[in-house]
Amino acid sequence: MHNDVVIEVDHVGKIFKLPHEKHSSVKSLILNFYKRDKSYEEQRALNDVSFTVKKGEFFGIVGRNGSGKSTLLKLLAGIYTPSRGGVTVQGKLTPFIELGVGFSPELSGRDNVFLSGALLGFNRREVRAMYDDIVNFAELERFMDQKLKNYSSGMQVRLAFSIAIRARGDILLLDEVLAVGDAAFQQKCYDYFEELKQAKKTVVFVSHDMSAVKRFCTRAIYIEEGKLTYEGDPLAIADEYTVANINPEDNEAADENAPINSDGYKLDAKITSRSADRLKLTLNYSSKNDKELYLGISVLKDGASIGELNTIKSLRLKGKGTVSYDLDIGVYNAGTYRLTAALFTLWNKKLVASASDRNEFVIKNGDETRGAALKLTDTWELERSVATGHED
Amino acid sequence: MRQFLTKQNRALLSELVRTDFKLRYQGSVLGYAWSLLRPLFIFAILYVVFIKFLHVDYGVPHSAVYLLLGIVIWNFFNEMTVLSLGSIVGRADLIRKIRIPRWIIVFSSSLSTVINLLLNLVVIGVFMAINNVSLSSTALLLPLILLEVYILGLGLSLFLSAAFVKYRDVSYIWEVVMQAGFYLTPLLYPISRLPSLTVKKLVLLNPMGQAIQDARYSLITHKTLTSHRIFNGGWHSLIPFMLVILIFVGGLAYFKSQANSFAENL
Repeated sequence: MHNDVVIEVDHVGKIFKLPHEKHSSVKSLILNFYKRDKSYEEQRALNDVSFTVKKGEFFGIVGRNGSGKSTLLKLLAGIYTPSRGGVTVQGKLTPFIELGVGFSPELSGRDNVFLSGALLGFNRREVRAMYDDIVNFAELERFMDQKLKNYSSGMQVRLAFSIAIRARGDILLLDEVLAVGDAAFQQKCYDYFEELKQAKKTVVFVSHDMSAVKRFCTRAIYIEEGKLTYEGDPLAIADEYTVANINPEDNEAADENAPINSDGYKLDAKITSRSADRLKLTLNYSSKNDKELYLGISVLKDGASIGELNTIKSLRLKGKGTVSYDLDIGVYNAGTYRLTAALFTLWNKKLVASASDRNEFVIKNGDETRGAALKLTDTWELERSVATGHED
Repeated sequence: MRQFLTKQNRALLSELVRTDFKLRYQGSVLGYAWSLLRPLFIFAILYVVFIKFLHVDYGVPHSAVYLLLGIVIWNFFNEMTVLSLGSIVGRADLIRKIRIPRWIIVFSSSLSTVINLLLNLVVIGVFMAINNVSLSSTALLLPLILLEVYILGLGLSLFLSAAFVKYRDVSYIWEVVMQAGFYLTPLLYPISRLPSLTVKKLVLLNPMGQAIQDARYSLITHKTLTSHRIFNGGWHSLIPFMLVILIFVGGLAYFKSQANSFAENL
């Protein structure tokens, strides 16, 4: 394990044994003893998944419902043990994966804070010291002596979140935390994520919220039917997820005809030349079959996409080859920009490969930019101007 | 031991016990007082039935306190195993969502019953004072005897709580076993009424029978028939202790073998 690798998932598989008729009674156990092997169905929740998370990464796990991403998170958290392979974690993980675990509806808000604190490994003295901060952050000062069952679900989430962010640990695991809460609360979540990102905390983040994935994740994996189908750029993955979910029926139908396997596709991209106002990105692609493909590139600044272009209309590719993309960088203001490239199949618009190389270009100029990405060179024209004098 | 009782584990344990206690008397008017009132009422019933109506002769002085002590220790054992049996299933929400040592859950529910036991011992102290029971130095052995009952109960609790995750019949089976145990343990009847010496010996091989008789001996009267006495101090009198160790080690081993799959079996 390298020094900066904090989580290593090595060929992990997880099989659940789902009994056809659950042996919840001793009688059925005895009656079925001899045919025990046949009495359950194996469900492969995860199959041969390998990846690593490095220190300081905001690592996204994306996938549809039932794809196995929550199982994966539970394996990381040590709640499940893998059936095959191994999970190695360097450092302390936060032990919980959801908000409000262990909340007891019959206890007061105050008691629940102490109980949850203990679940995070804090003793009473430590919880007492942070109690006021927790309550203030949750904006629940007036309600702490009420029973939790009388809280609205929004209040419960606020309290849970406010406790959860106190968790100490080298690696944070977050599952679907943004699924609830109003806009103001979501903003708080985002602010907290931003803080984590700034502080270079290692975060493993499972979410359906693709805008959050795009905004925060530095790397991501895509899990499909228990398999890791794609690893790399969170923007491409988030787009893939969005496409896969807009037309799930189309995709499933297509999948049945010819299951796609991204193993056979390769794409690499390199900046091959650069002048003051032009930049050339050269892309090499190869495909395992003769299906039509297209390329897409994105320009990113601070992790957000500021421009995208694909070749659907202009360039359809087959087999393998080299494509170059000529970029006018004269329009960019000062800053660091990143180029990502991805290869898609034309027939079902599925992402099959993305360039893992890190292509960055830095623009330095003296213009005052106020952080805007593009240097607009369009022209102004005065159409009408009338003096108004001083009315008041 | 140090690795088990880290600062975090201790904090969690105390918080879980606290929660158990708060939730147990949730919504009752008398609250914690029930911890004391319940055994008092049970004792009053047994006292009236066995001593006033049936005139059972225990052949010992202070027979009322003698009877009460047995009931208190049995109830401790009964309550601990029954509560712990459902503890893992009852805390499924925690087990499925958070990585905490699983044994802490069983341990905390067993500690809750220890608190009840201590309260009940206070009641016994009051009755001993009323009955003018004179304390002898053997009373110092009582904590050791109670520790033996605790270890036996904990071993069974570990086994039962883990087995209950897979087989829900366990709770019904255990109810029947405890009912049988109640009568196989010399709680309500004097040992002298048992038909033969062999039966007497068998009853005192039962760790609960041995522990309760020893507790009565140490605290109330030296006239109590203990297993040490019935076997004339022979090695047979060690069998109950060996059973306790065997049950504890077996229970712990089974729990450990199952603990990793609780989350998926629940």
